[in-house]
Amino acid sequence: MSDAEHEAGVASAPVHIRLEGISLGYGETLVQRDLTFDIHRGDVFVIMGGSGCGKSTVMRCVTGLLAPWSGRVLLGGESLWQLSAARRNTLMRRNGVMYQSGALWSSMTLEENICLPLEQYTRLAPEQMRAIAEYKLALVGLAGYGDHYPAEISGGMRKRVGVARAMALDPEILFFDEPSAGLDPLSARRLDELILELRDSLGTTMVVITHELDSIFTIADDAVFLDADSKTMLATGNPHALRDHSPVAQVRAFLTRGEADIDAVA
Amino acid sequence: MCHETRLTCPRMTDTPPPTVHLHSDGEQVTLVLGGSWRLDQRLPRLLRAERLLAQVPAATRLRFDTAALTGWDSGLVTFVAGLEQLCRTRGIACDVDGLPAGLRKLLELARSLPQTGRGGHAMQPAPSFLTRLGGDALDLIQSTGEIMEFFGEGTLAFRRFLLGRARFKHSDLWLIMQEAGADALPIVGLVSFLVGMILGYIGDQQLAEFGAQIYVADLVGLATVIQMGALVTAIVLAGRTGAAFAARIGTMQVNEEIDALRTLGISPMEFLVLPRMLALIAMTPLLAIYADLLGILGGAFVGTVVGGITLSAYLTQTQLAIGWNHIIQGLIAATVYGAIVAASGCLRGMQCGRSAAAVGEATTSAVVTAIVFIVIAAAVLTIIFDAVGLS
Repeated sequence: MSDAEHEAGVASAPVHIRLEGISLGYGETLVQRDLTFDIHRGDVFVIMGGSGCGKSTVMRCVTGLLAPWSGRVLLGGESLWQLSAARRNTLMRRNGVMYQSGALWSSMTLEENICLPLEQYTRLAPEQMRAIAEYKLALVGLAGYGDHYPAEISGGMRKRVGVARAMALDPEILFFDEPSAGLDPLSARRLDELILELRDSLGTTMVVITHELDSIFTIADDAVFLDADSKTMLATGNPHALRDHSPVAQVRAFLTRGEADIDAVA
Repeated sequence: MCHETRLTCPRMTDTPPPTVHLHSDGEQVTLVLGGSWRLDQRLPRLLRAERLLAQVPAATRLRFDTAALTGWDSGLVTFVAGLEQLCRTRGIACDVDGLPAGLRKLLELARSLPQTGRGGHAMQPAPSFLTRLGGDALDLIQSTGEIMEFFGEGTLAFRRFLLGRARFKHSDLWLIMQEAGADALPIVGLVSFLVGMILGYIGDQQLAEFGAQIYVADLVGLATVIQMGALVTAIVLAGRTGAAFAARIGTMQVNEEIDALRTLGISPMEFLVLPRMLALIAMTPLLAIYADLLGILGGAFVGTVVGGITLSAYLTQTQLAIGWNHIIQGLIAATVYGAIVAASGCLRGMQCGRSAAAVGEATTSAVVTAIVFIVIAAAVLTIIFDAVGLS
């Protein structure tokens, strides 16, 4: 999808995920409050903000792991946290999540990692599942690694397998928790490209948590900025637009590495 | 001479020790620093400078003389920073011009950099006895709630298993059964044999006074089959398998692997806990039977070697002493203990926090919980068996 096409697409793309007045936290500690934003179908949506501002916590809420204190999460129109556990389970299965460390099941080979969701939710024959696992591994550039254990591959490879596993059930939404954290610039770049390619070819909605500016400007169609001090969102919109025109100084500072004023002069 | 940086300073084999003196000139005092002020030296304490300053109560201005300084690093920077603090409280002007330029820059840097505001915990007064009591009570209620939830979810998972709808890998079940069961044979066998020998030896000493050594067979046989076989097995399993369960599940918790299961709609209760419960419930009674046999053999070894009873007489006497009711008691106890070990291991693993230390705590806690509840269960079961007339 070219930029122009995409600009045109934003207005018409239906809302896929909607957060309405979400407040959440752990125990008695508030993490974020009053979060209201839309994520459109087929977009790459970035949740950005400084370290410790609660990006991952918001993701845990949207993926069904942590109930919010108040507010609603609408997935395709259904309110995730007001549903029965069984229905919520069904909705959650349409999500794929790549965790920060990959979170591969360490006692299983890479192939078994990808096959497990298939075994649980499909009636495919074993060789069909193996074929799918091999295909997903090929999608992330790791064909032939199926019989390796997670401990035998590098961190960057683990993350890519995490993506492959997240895609096992052909999800409608893919979540990425800090995809480029701890990766060298080239691997990080490749992962970004992978996200874009997958979105373009599969039309999957991508929700990416990151604070890497390179990544943000490369992949994001739309974004929300979470602030750690005020514990709420400060802005939503395309990161390029936010960098140049956001009325909020903190957002501009974040997106320009604190050089907002210098840029403004130049 | 090298005041400026430490990197350019050649390491002297015979470094002069750091020194500090005070020259008083009426209101103006000069601190003379000499030698090598490095962290590998025995650096003078700030207290020393404080004492020196205290000797000149009239001082209003402090200067530094560093002509004799041969080297410095953070050791001197922190000393001077402390001294500046001291001067402020005493109302003495601190003139740092005499210090090396690099050191002045470092002092300035620590002062001028914006520090992250919310760092450090606010000092809180130690909680009073009542606050702690209340806090502990709330914790207890919460942990009881967690345990109840665990058992509720466990029961539901078990029901789904009985209905044939539970989602777990059957290969996992076999693997865990092998690890918890077959692989435990040597250690369970050894411990049971030795416990049988100990029981036999004590029995032999006492019964010999009455010339009733043949009853060693009754004593060892009954004690082992009713209680000791199951108990020894359970305690070995608590240390061996329960701890492994807690560590395994706890590590999966740390590594977000449990989250990954949940987001796929796979219940960790069914996928991880259920096969472990089933494996131990199945394997513990089998191990207990094996432990019973080895225990009786241990007793027989002592009975024949020390007590001088023939092996066939010993075994016949054992056979006469043990009834089916005793064996059933032992097997029921073993099944209960197996469930306790698996539940403690899995519960503590699932409750595990997200750090390496938390995994260690979960493992310890799993073993302690299992052993405490095994002993409680042993007492309760003994009373129940007596009440229903099984003994």
